[in-house]
Amino acid sequence: MPDTSAAIREETTSADAPLLAIRNLSKHYHTPGGTVHAVEDVSLDIPRGSITGLVGESGSGKTTLGRTLLRLVSPTAGTIRFGGAELTTLSDREMVAMRKRMQIIFQDPVSSLNPRLKVEHIVAEGLRAHAVGNRGERRDRVAALLEEVGLSADQMKRYPHEFSGGQRQRIGIARALALEPEFIVADESVSALDVSIQAQILNLLLDLRDRRNLTMLFIAHDLSVVDYLCDRIAVMYLGRIVETGPARDLARAPAHPYTRALLSAVPQPDPTLARSRDVLEGSIPSPLDPPSGCVFRTRCPRALPACAERFPAPFAIGPGRHAHCINLEVS
Amino acid sequence: MTAAASTSEDPGLWKTLTARPAVLVALVVFGAILAAAILAPWIAPADPARMSVRARLSPPLGDYIFGADAFGRDVLSRLLFAGRVSLSIGLGVAVLSTALGIVIGLAAGFFRRLDAPLSRLIDAMMAFPDILLAIALVAILGGSAANVVLALSIVYTPRIARIVRAATLVIRELPYVEAARALGSSNLSIMVWHVLPNIVSPITVQATFIFAYAMLAEAGLSFLGVGVDPSIPTWGTMVNEGRQYIDQALYLILFPGIAISLAVLSLQLIGDGLRDALDPRLAKDV
Repeated sequence: MPDTSAAIREETTSADAPLLAIRNLSKHYHTPGGTVHAVEDVSLDIPRGSITGLVGESGSGKTTLGRTLLRLVSPTAGTIRFGGAELTTLSDREMVAMRKRMQIIFQDPVSSLNPRLKVEHIVAEGLRAHAVGNRGERRDRVAALLEEVGLSADQMKRYPHEFSGGQRQRIGIARALALEPEFIVADESVSALDVSIQAQILNLLLDLRDRRNLTMLFIAHDLSVVDYLCDRIAVMYLGRIVETGPARDLARAPAHPYTRALLSAVPQPDPTLARSRDVLEGSIPSPLDPPSGCVFRTRCPRALPACAERFPAPFAIGPGRHAHCINLEVS
Repeated sequence: MTAAASTSEDPGLWKTLTARPAVLVALVVFGAILAAAILAPWIAPADPARMSVRARLSPPLGDYIFGADAFGRDVLSRLLFAGRVSLSIGLGVAVLSTALGIVIGLAAGFFRRLDAPLSRLIDAMMAFPDILLAIALVAILGGSAANVVLALSIVYTPRIARIVRAATLVIRELPYVEAARALGSSNLSIMVWHVLPNIVSPITVQATFIFAYAMLAEAGLSFLGVGVDPSIPTWGTMVNEGRQYIDQALYLILFPGIAISLAVLSLQLIGDGLRDALDPRLAKDV
C-alpha cells in the first residue's frame, strides 16, 4: 500500500464519533423448526471514513447484520445510531429519506442487476426514487458515475448481459454511489469475481473511499482480502462478534481462538514465518440451537468447563480492540 | 447464462418466431382473418343485414359465394362482419383479463397479507368449469357484447393472476429488488420496473391462449343462446342459427365453424411459437 492511505488509516481510526454505533443488536427468525439466532447481541462501532471488515464463515450472520444495519431487515432488539439518528425507531417514510445516506453493493453481479433494464435506468434508479433532477440531469449524473467507476458513459445504453462480471460489479457500485451515500455495505462484493478482477474492484473501493470519504462495512469470508482493504476488522461467529480491532493488530496478534483459526487458514506467502496452525474441526453449529455460553466452545481448542455458562464480556486488549474469550479473563 | 441471454435476443423475436413453418403459416392465416374482419365494410359484397326472400337458403357458388341464410342474407358478408365482433370479444377478453390478472397477481405476490385471500379466491374460481362460470356470470350480468367480455374476462383472470403471482414471489426476493428497496424505491415502482418487465413473456403467451379460448367460449355461449344479442352476427350466433337447417344447408354452420377453427388454431400455434421463442433455453436450439 502507498503511504498516503496508511496516513489516512491512522487519522480515521482516531476519529472521534463513530458514524455507526450498534448496540446489543439481535435478529431472530421464527421458523417452524424453532428460532434462528442469526444475529445475537452485537455491539460495534464503525468509525467515520473507515473500512471495517466483517469476517466469518457462511452462516455466521454477517450478511444478516449488514442487511439489518440498512433496515432491509428489521432488528428484533437493539439500537443502531447512524450519524446521530436512531435507525430502529424511524418510520418507513423517514427511512426512505435515510436511504440516500446508506447503500449496499451485492455479491452476485448477475442477479443484482435487472436483466430487462438498461444500465442508465439501473444506475439512475435511486435518483428517480428520490426525484433528483430531471431526465437530462439524471443522464449526466449517470454518465459521470460510470466514468468514476471506470466504465465509459456511452455504455449506459446497454443491457447488463453485455458486460463482464467485473464490469457489472462496477455498475452496481455506480448505482450505490448515485445518491452520494456516506455509508456503504459491501456484501461479499468481490467473492464472485476472478482474483485479478477482485484486485481492480478492491482498488476502486479504496479510491472511492479516499475521494468521497466513504465509510464502509466490507463483509467477506476471505481474510486476505479484508486484510488488504480494511482499517478495522470484526470477526463474527454464529451471530456473535468474537473479536474486533485495528486490522493490522488483529492480523498480527489474534486474541480469540477463532480469529487465530481463521488466520491460520490464510495461505502464508513467507515460509520462514513459523506459525501455529489451528485447524478447526467439524462445521459451524446450527443457529437454530446455538451452544450455551460461548458459542464457539464446541469447536474451540482452548475451551474450559466455564465456557458453557455465559458468553464472555468484551475484554479490552488494546486501544479500540477487544475480544470475547474466557481465556483472556483468566490469564 | 450470459450466452443464453444474448442468443435469445440477438436474432430478434420476429426471426425466431417465423423460423418455424407452422408458426409462420399461423401468422399468415391469423393476419388474413384479422385483415378481412377489419376491412369488412369495404370488402363485403353485400349488406350483412339485408334480407331477401328469393335468396332464402340459396347454396354456395351461386349468386352468393358462400350462399345465403334462412333470411336470404349473404353468408360471406355476415361472416366478415361477425369476425369483427368475435375477434373484438376475444381481444377484449385477452386485454381485460390480463390487466385484471396482473393487478390481482401482483397484489397477491407482493403483499403477504393479501396472498391467502386472493389465492383462495383464484382457486375457487378455477374450480368451476369455464363455460359454466361464464354462463352463470352472463345470466347475472345480462347478455350484451360488453357483458360477455366482462364475464369471460372474469373467467380467465385467474389464469393470468396465478402466473403473475408465482413470478412475483420469485422476483420479489432477487437482489436487484433488494437493491431497489435499499435505494428507496416504492413498492409501485418496484412492481412496474422490476417485476413487470420480467414477466412480459409468460403473460404474452398466456394472453394469446386466452384470446383463442375466449373466441371459442363466446361461440359456445352464442350457440347456447346466452351470448350476445342474436341480432349482432358473431361466428357463434351464425352456427346457432344455422343449426336448424343443418339437414338442408350444411354450409350455414360449415363456414363460421371453419372461421372459428382457423382463428383459434392459428392463435394457439402463435402462442406456442411465442412461448418457445421467448424461452431462452429453447430459443438456443432454433
